[in-house]
Amino acid sequence: MQFFGSSEISPSIPVPTASGNNGHMIYIFNRNGVCLLYREWNRPLRTLDSNQDHKLMFGLLFSLKSLTAKMDPSSAEKGNLGVPQLPGQGCSFHSFRTNTYKLSFMESPSGIKIILVTHPKSSDLRESLKYIYNLYVEYVVKNPLYTPGTPIKSDLFNTTLDQYVRGLG
Amino acid sequence: MAAIYSLYIINKSGGLIFYKDYGLQGRMDTNDTLRLASLWHSMHAISQQLSPVSGCTGIELLEADTFDLHCFQSLTGTKFFVVSEPGTQHMDNLLKHIYELYTDYVLKNPFYEMEMPIRCELFDINLAQAIQKDRVAYLGR
Repeated sequence: MQFFGSSEISPSIPVPTASGNNGHMIYIFNRNGVCLLYREWNRPLRTLDSNQDHKLMFGLLFSLKSLTAKMDPSSAEKGNLGVPQLPGQGCSFHSFRTNTYKLSFMESPSGIKIILVTHPKSSDLRESLKYIYNLYVEYVVKNPLYTPGTPIKSDLFNTTLDQYVRGLG
Repeated sequence: MAAIYSLYIINKSGGLIFYKDYGLQGRMDTNDTLRLASLWHSMHAISQQLSPVSGCTGIELLEADTFDLHCFQSLTGTKFFVVSEPGTQHMDNLLKHIYELYTDYVLKNPFYEMEMPIRCELFDINLAQAIQKDRVAYLGR
């Protein structure tokens, strides 16, 4: 892994530390906003149909990114609110918390967005997201039968992901 | 280095009614602050729709790369949010205190019109004191 050198490459499953089942759902978007993967483990409340839900989630992330890029107190020159930002450009965010859930967000340099929704008391999940990104690289990108930009239909990836998220503390 | 970069108060329809900057970068353009406030208002509402479980009241803490945004929503829908350094603790207490100041010096001011921009001298004075106290507590740690 060139971009995230610190994290483990081999997609071997770590031993689950806690028996907590904290994961609510996961989204993976590509840079065009296509939802490559959506999985849910625990979602009692559904306000919209899945297509609308994915669009709303992508829109929320897009707008929050332009909000943080504009609000960034560390630089004076930030351009206008809402100018399109390339991945890694401008100040982004890594998580937000409400009273009922915590959303962790990671964007790879190629624009792959990984969103993990967990219990609000979850700890910092940045490393876990990098790990999930590595799973994506190993099981999806390296799969010769996978066409980039299409929804992921890999059982191996899904089961590995389920197992990993179940093991998250 | 200040613990708090800026404070925003937005009314229940998303209009900015108070903005104060404590950072080193100088004041943001007024139009931009208005836009940011209403953008935050809608993001706050969307985050409630996306909740996997019922009873969500919107974003309380947004952790960005260079700042944290702590938000407090009162029962009447007025939102208070501060932009602070990453990892700053006890911001919810400060926000509740600011809310108290708002109820005491803004809402009880007979010349204040609801949902309109806040121009109350006593509020400014007491707010400055509260922020100063918070900063002293922050630096003293």
